[in-house]
Amino acid sequence: MPRKLLTGGLTAALLLAVAPAQATKVQEYELDNGLQLFVQQDERAPVVNSMVWYGVGGSYELPGKTGIAHALEHMMFQGTDKYPDGEFSEIISANGGEENAFTGADYTAYYQKLEASRLPISFELEADRMRNLLLKEADFEKEIEVIKEERRMRTEDNPQSFTYETAMATAYQTSPYGQPIVGWMHDLHNLTVDDLRDWYDRWYAPNNARLVVVGDVEPDAVHELAQKHFADIPRAEVTPPAPRPEVEQRGMKRVKVQRPAQLPYLMMSYKVPVLKTTLLDDTAAGVAEWEPYALEVLVGILDGGDSARFSRDLVRESRVAASAGASYNMTARLPTSLLTLSGTPAQGHDVDELEQALREQVAKLKDKPVEAAELERIKTQVVASDVYQRDSVFYQGYLIGLLETVGLDWRMIDEYVGKVQAVTPEQVQEVAKKYLTDDRLTIAELEPLASESLMPALPAPTSEEDDHVH
Amino acid sequence: MSTKHYLLTLVLLVTAPVLKATPDIQHWQTEHGVDVYFVAADEIPIVDIHVVFDAGSARDGDHAGVAGMALGMLADGADGMSANAISQAFESVGAEYGTSLDRDMASVKLRTLAEEEARTAAVDMLIKVLSEPDFPQSDFEREQQRSLVGLQAKKQKPGSVASDAFYAALYGDHPYAHPTSGTEDSIKALTPADLRAFHEKHYTASNATIAVVGALTRDEVEDLANRLVARLPAGESLPALADVPAATSSEERIEFPSSQTHILIGTPVVERKDPDYFPLYVGNHVLGGGGMVTRLFNSIREERGLSYSVYSYFYPLAKSGPFVAGLQTSTAQADAALEVLRNEIRDYIENGPTADELEASKQNITGGFPLRIDSNSSIVSYLAVIGFYDLPLDYLDKFNDRVEAVTREDIVDAFQRRLDVAEFDTIMVGRQPDDNADD
Repeated sequence: MPRKLLTGGLTAALLLAVAPAQATKVQEYELDNGLQLFVQQDERAPVVNSMVWYGVGGSYELPGKTGIAHALEHMMFQGTDKYPDGEFSEIISANGGEENAFTGADYTAYYQKLEASRLPISFELEADRMRNLLLKEADFEKEIEVIKEERRMRTEDNPQSFTYETAMATAYQTSPYGQPIVGWMHDLHNLTVDDLRDWYDRWYAPNNARLVVVGDVEPDAVHELAQKHFADIPRAEVTPPAPRPEVEQRGMKRVKVQRPAQLPYLMMSYKVPVLKTTLLDDTAAGVAEWEPYALEVLVGILDGGDSARFSRDLVRESRVAASAGASYNMTARLPTSLLTLSGTPAQGHDVDELEQALREQVAKLKDKPVEAAELERIKTQVVASDVYQRDSVFYQGYLIGLLETVGLDWRMIDEYVGKVQAVTPEQVQEVAKKYLTDDRLTIAELEPLASESLMPALPAPTSEEDDHVH
Repeated sequence: MSTKHYLLTLVLLVTAPVLKATPDIQHWQTEHGVDVYFVAADEIPIVDIHVVFDAGSARDGDHAGVAGMALGMLADGADGMSANAISQAFESVGAEYGTSLDRDMASVKLRTLAEEEARTAAVDMLIKVLSEPDFPQSDFEREQQRSLVGLQAKKQKPGSVASDAFYAALYGDHPYAHPTSGTEDSIKALTPADLRAFHEKHYTASNATIAVVGALTRDEVEDLANRLVARLPAGESLPALADVPAATSSEERIEFPSSQTHILIGTPVVERKDPDYFPLYVGNHVLGGGGMVTRLFNSIREERGLSYSVYSYFYPLAKSGPFVAGLQTSTAQADAALEVLRNEIRDYIENGPTADELEASKQNITGGFPLRIDSNSSIVSYLAVIGFYDLPLDYLDKFNDRVEAVTREDIVDAFQRRLDVAEFDTIMVGRQPDDNADD
């Protein structure tokens, strides 16, 4: 089946769930230079996941310079004086490590997973490249070509990703969330190594970073080790980017993407608030604290498993959809985000029928409170997935790093289950009425072109999921 | 590659790690003779169960895609319960049900809370799904249509088109040749009766393996395993698959409206219990298996910037699984990239790794061993493979020793005997030279 564009509903619900029944035990430290350290013990295996999260990503970029954050992430593997060329990766590899990095709209993060006693190697290397990156012209000239190939692979040659990119650029009028994380191709052509150097100097500083360590480690010893490796790195002045709030949408938008493809595809994206919206004094007007949680439950009602409404009604009952999904990222840094319904019509049906069916699903949420059994199922799933997530040291670190980097608090991991359980059928109905309206909606449709009608050249845009991996 | 003294310095930074033991695998047979592999893990109150059958797509016979559809439809109606009722039964207790299919194995997977009421409800549902699927006509028609949509979706991905063509080229008439999801014609020709017949023959006690990891006692798992397969027919063990015919080279260029050309080259080589497996595996780690430090990565990405992703791997199967090397690059430079790829592999087969490269790869594989078994989900997958392919119970215990034992000479010998670039099949999917395309 066609892959869902974003994480599905249940996955969205999982996103914040970790270890609730027993409280998450995170030890928090801050070095004098502003570097924040979070340590969570997990002694199940002699393994450690060490991550550095920088408070910068694609949404910090200005028009004309998209793709810088991701390009710099690539260059972070190209060497320092102390560890030139590919030595970073060679050292991690020779120590049995796994490593990578990912760039999102709101963060750039680097991680190594190692046998637990080898944590000093991770700290030595990450501290070094926090300030000492060489950024050589020749390396950049080569690496930017790799990035263009990455863009071609992920976006240009993938009609659903291409549609996603167009949908984001259409839905957001002024917010930087409309920009592709990998960057527009013409921006990649124009980027210079000097652009990257400015970016690096501006954002890569201890006071704009969070160090997250999860595994079979002793927190105070990790703190001591962090002091040893990171304490001498000077603080830098980090000025937040000028605000680029999303202007209020004044009516429905619709865009059609014509690409060589076999299957049509439909995305319906509604502007919605997120957790951050409820915390910001000036923009919080009218957004209650429970609303993001009610939206989270709403997504679970539609797409939280095979027994949820989309599978039950659209795939199995009316059979208008071959697949359908709902997604919502409640942890966005900026206050306006999207709740997206998407799908591929079944054979014998078209996107208009699918749109109609999705609209009926929305109408049903507004007209009638969800049933008690549906709500109960979501709540049980949230509790269960909360326990399941403890099986992954990577994911535990991911949640802590993500929440802290976007300006939330790791303690929300523990609050999540309770907040979801407190959501009532009336609240789900209320957020449906308030936010799933046409004046907040952008509809994007992929219209397959037969290959024969193709022109030889296909210029184009990007992005499939949130993260671009090195 | 030159000697890397800094490696030594940093490796010595840490004291020799005291590794916790590999998981203690308990192995027995159920009352009906089904092999059970169990690792107790009490730290998290969850249970992972994989029930694996010799029912991969290689068992499709004349009905390509029947294995995939039968597996996919187990939970679309069983013992008179509807797909809605079944999914509710799992999800209302927070359980996660799933399946996966490859050429050899059909896997049915359940993750549930260990708590007795939830676990019992989930396992009871699993038993019905495994033993008494109904394959209702109406659900079948829907899933058949969805399979066809899935096949169409594959046709818009150059990587999928390349992969299907690659297996077809390598395996000819062998049952590994066709796509695991079947073809449009074969899916259209299927009926619920085909699925029922497939289930009856393949989902049997003789053909099953059970793997369990989680917060349960041995007694509890014995009971659970007995119940899981009690309602399966005894059945018969299936005959071994045919041997894969000798490799012959071919080159196929497939027109596709993409900006890049996807390249795959390779040949059938390696079985799960192959005596050359470890030299091939360790040797390939240097060549293209070891992430961002391999020969191929350095040559094609780091030196030339030709591709975002470039890799090689051996994929061991019951019969000769493939050696695969691949990349994707802008069409205008595809021929050049293919030549670099072939030359690197040819050179490696001829000369093997340097002593330093081999040492670095061994350090990565053995030093990274704890990472492979650091979660219940990774351990249960290992158990299923050990059980299905009848690997020794000490496979994990001995893994590092067998890696350490591989010498440079072993690698050169194994690569020279088993791989010859002149016999590789080559698939290129993208615009063809006449198109004169670039962006």
